[in-house]
Amino acid sequence: MTIAVTKLRVEEKLYQNRYLVDPGRPHIKVQPHERPSANLLALTHICPAKCYELNDKGQVETTSDGCMECGTCRVLCEASGEIVWNYPRGGFGVLFKFG
Amino acid sequence: MIEEEFDAIVVGAGMSGNAAAYTMARQGLTVLQLERGEYPGSKNVQGAIMYADMLEQIIPDFRNDAPLERHLVEQRFWVMDDTSHTGIQYRSDDFNEAKPNRYTIIRAQFDKWFSRKVREAGATVLCETTVTDLVRNAKGKVVGVRTDRAGGPIYADVVVLAEGVNGLLGTRAGLRKMLKPQSVALAVKEMHFLPDEVIEQRFGLQGDEGCVIEAAGTISRSMAGLAFLYTNKESISLGIGCLVSDFAKTMESPYVLLDAFKNHPSIRPLIAGSEVKEYSAHLIPEGGYKAIPQLFGDGWVAVGDAAQLNNAIHREGSNLAMTSGRIAGEAIIEIKGRNQPMIRKNLALYKTMLDKSFVVKDLRKYKDMPALIHTNSRNFFMTYPQLMSQAAQNFMRVDGTPKIEKEKATTAAFIKARSRWGLISDVVRLALAWR
Repeated sequence: MTIAVTKLRVEEKLYQNRYLVDPGRPHIKVQPHERPSANLLALTHICPAKCYELNDKGQVETTSDGCMECGTCRVLCEASGEIVWNYPRGGFGVLFKFG
Repeated sequence: MIEEEFDAIVVGAGMSGNAAAYTMARQGLTVLQLERGEYPGSKNVQGAIMYADMLEQIIPDFRNDAPLERHLVEQRFWVMDDTSHTGIQYRSDDFNEAKPNRYTIIRAQFDKWFSRKVREAGATVLCETTVTDLVRNAKGKVVGVRTDRAGGPIYADVVVLAEGVNGLLGTRAGLRKMLKPQSVALAVKEMHFLPDEVIEQRFGLQGDEGCVIEAAGTISRSMAGLAFLYTNKESISLGIGCLVSDFAKTMESPYVLLDAFKNHPSIRPLIAGSEVKEYSAHLIPEGGYKAIPQLFGDGWVAVGDAAQLNNAIHREGSNLAMTSGRIAGEAIIEIKGRNQPMIRKNLALYKTMLDKSFVVKDLRKYKDMPALIHTNSRNFFMTYPQLMSQAAQNFMRVDGTPKIEKEKATTAAFIKARSRWGLISDVVRLALAWR
């Protein structure tokens, strides 16, 4: 119940933002895995846009449409190869009106 | 397709990139600046406080047309527990001066202005262009960049990496290591809009006067972190940041912390009735002096957040970014003036000049602070804030307890929480790190 409320709150926050989504070209990918590492699992809680979620099999999946491109997941999971992180193509991604 | 070869390519149009591009273009260098956002500022996030002195050294008459929000006349430092804040605050009419010292700004607006100045100085600014790769010659010198636009590489004598804290180019090219989770903070922020007269009433401000609140304590749930509230003209920027390593350990959600800060009884009335128009997130380099990476090499220099030049103790970043960008530009102009190649040996001049500036001197002064605060975060961000609140409340609440007993209770609470040796050790270590 708490989780659902939290989720709603983030989506409400992200709804304020402007994005230009590049369809079919997500800029973050999670590599296939059996069980997520502690850092990858942590992303399901600490990603500020809640881009990471656990699926039914206990694996971490990402939907990067609401990503604010902060790089937290990159700091935690790029070196281990668990995620692949690239900038969106020029002009795409989050567009801050105020920053 | 760009055929021309440039004196310099600047990657990124934030504070450091704009300062570098402007400095070089003004002295007649051919400069190409590449920005992946739709417009300069569209990927940039800051609190934001802008320090006039560092911008004056680049654009002396910036006050004529720069989009400034409020000049700061008051600063409040708060130590918070769940229901209270203990604070010191400084307000002075001396800050109402002809050329104020600090302003709040809104980065997307400010960066557009700064970018216009860069273009007026003669640089070519290309937005919606992501730099994907550095190009090197046979000797390994960086000689240009590849982008996600059609066409081949673009060449230049030197590439200025102003790509920000989450800079992919420098780390991918092996010029610096990936940020460590314990030397970078994740901050989230919201923009709360209110009529200007409401802001002025709530904070006791007149005209363009502004106020800043910075708060630490139980609000970061024992993580090393800081919350902030800055008054803009018709909005309030409000946010909280904590170390990424602490977030990973505690699995706290940044937006939950942000909402808790907004709902704190000391903050809630200040933002009541506001309309939220944006939610943003950004990393802040926190490693200080010891985390500064290699700043120059054959055909490249790194400036600003990409070089982790951020003073976490004084919460200064954009001024270090502007200054490092300016100094990098000046070093490049100097080397070009001598007709020397942009190789590692010559670009060392940038580091030499930066070492002499406040940028590196300030970071060196606090070189031991990150380790102290980050490894003792529970004490500094949970235990002491609670003790301070208890002590203050004990002092103020009149309930018939003799004062001598109240004082004894306060002392006993400190000793119980940290032990005599722990208290002495915290004070000594803090003093040594601050020195």
